[in-house]
This record gives sequence, structure tokens and C-alpha cells, in this order.
Amino acid sequence: MKFLRMKPGHGEVLIVEGDVELAEDEELLIEEFRRQLDLGMWAAVPERTSAGRREARMVKAFEEIPRDAERVIFFPRAAGGA
Amino acid sequence: MLLAIIAIGVVIVALLWDLVLPSVKTAVARHRARRAIIPGASYDPGRERRAEQRARQLLKSCVNDEEWGMYRDLGFIRVWGAMARAPRRGRLGSDDPRAGAPYAYLIYPHKPIVAYLPQTRELLNEYCVEFPDETRPYGSALLPDSDDVLAKWMALTGDERRLISTANMHLPGRQVDPKQVRRDLWRLGQWERERLRRTPQAPGEVAAP
Repeated sequence: MKFLRMKPGHGEVLIVEGDVELAEDEELLIEEFRRQLDLGMWAAVPERTSAGRREARMVKAFEEIPRDAERVIFFPRAAGGA
Repeated sequence: MLLAIIAIGVVIVALLWDLVLPSVKTAVARHRARRAIIPGASYDPGRERRAEQRARQLLKSCVNDEEWGMYRDLGFIRVWGAMARAPRRGRLGSDDPRAGAPYAYLIYPHKPIVAYLPQTRELLNEYCVEFPDETRPYGSALLPDSDDVLAKWMALTGDERRLISTANMHLPGRQVDPKQVRRDLWRLGQWERERLRRTPQAPGEVAAP
């Protein structure tokens, strides 16, 4: 599983990568997930529905991430614009 | 006699020194300034372009083929609304037949999301929303265009209600020219017809006229 973060002036950045089946990696991923949310990020998992459509799943807790997800994308929290 | 000449010489040199010293100092400072290595400002003109290229690849890998083609060819993405009822419209009551009709959004980079009714092409609202990164890693809080589109797409397809409730809602035309949106909807219609025409048909199917 890869954690990617969108960054102004750069595009996405790989934050951390790990295997959720390995306890050590999972702990690292959980820690990083919480850190990103504390920084004010939103997290989304791109996925494919049973009908074949692509959409995103917004996740607020690490447990909500499907175990087989390949990547989680973090992006700045939405704010009302002018 | 010799002593007197030396004394006069010393006095002359001392007087001249006072006169010449400032201009000598200035000349030396200018010379050093010209020769000094200025620490390079970290502006890289190619950075934004590379960032956008990365963002486009990420967007392409996340959205449907149709949506990617739409963005590549037209510069925006249409996302169908998933809430049971159409977004609330100021002038329409709940008994209005258009309330609850299928609706969709147009996602533009760094512009408000435009909600509309596909059947009538009636524009409903503009939803002004941003994704500012206050850490400003390269001096700007703005994501690359394609990342902005992807952020909106993920937030809309993942949690439409939360995004819409976060956004500032305005009537159509506040920031996005309604004429431009109608033109885009017409272009989208043309683009979809062309796409359908190009799609290989299953055996037994007949091409639409």
C-alpha cells in the first residue's frame, strides 16, 4: 500500500509504502495516516465499483481503508472559495 | 629643510587620503558586488510544468476512461450527482417537478464546480471550493490544475454531501460565465456523439443515424 500526497508545485509525493500484512509496516502506515489527517489532509482511496465504474472512497480512519487498496491519496481539506 | 619637506608631504598625503578614501571604498564595494556569487533564487520555470505532468498521470490513473478523455479533449470533467434529490435551488419549491431530476456537475481546474440539469442544460449553482495547502512548499498554496480536478472528483464521488456542504454556493454566473458553460455543454454533447460513433459495436447492433 502506498500513501501519496498532492503537493503544490510538485504533483504527488510518495510519503510511505508498506505491506499491511506485516505488523511493523502496518504500524508505520497507521502512524502516517494519523499524522496526515492531523495536518489537515483528507484521504481518499481510488477504487472500482462492482459495475466497473471508478470512484473514490473517502476515509477518515485507517480501518476504513480496504486491505487490498493499492494507494491512498491525501489532499488538502476542502474549504469554501470566494 | 629635508625634514620640513617630508612633513609637508605627510600632510598632503593625509589630506588627500581623506578625500580619496570614500571613493576608493565605494569602488571596491562595487567591484565586490559585481563579482559576488548571488545565491540562486529557487524558482524553476519547469517545475510547474513537471508538476502538472505528474498530476495528469495521477488523474488518468484514477478516473474512468471516458472522464479522462473528456478532460484531455475538453478541459473539464462531468460527474453525475449521486444524492437522491437534486441540489436545492433558491427559486424552486420542493413540489417543483425539476426537483429530484438527475443532475450533474462540471469540474473545472481552479474554478467553481457547476451543477446543472443535463436534460434541459439548466444551470443550477456554482459551488466555490478550494484545496489550499497552507504549508506552501514552493510558495504557492494551489495544487496543479489536474490535482485540483482530481481532488474535486474524489471528494464528489466519495462524499458528495460533505464537499457540497463545505463549498460556498452561488447562483450561476458569479465566477463562471454561463455562456461558456452552455458552450461547454454543447461541446460535451458533440464529443459524446463522436465518441459513441467511434465505439466499436457489438455484432447485431445497428449504428445510430
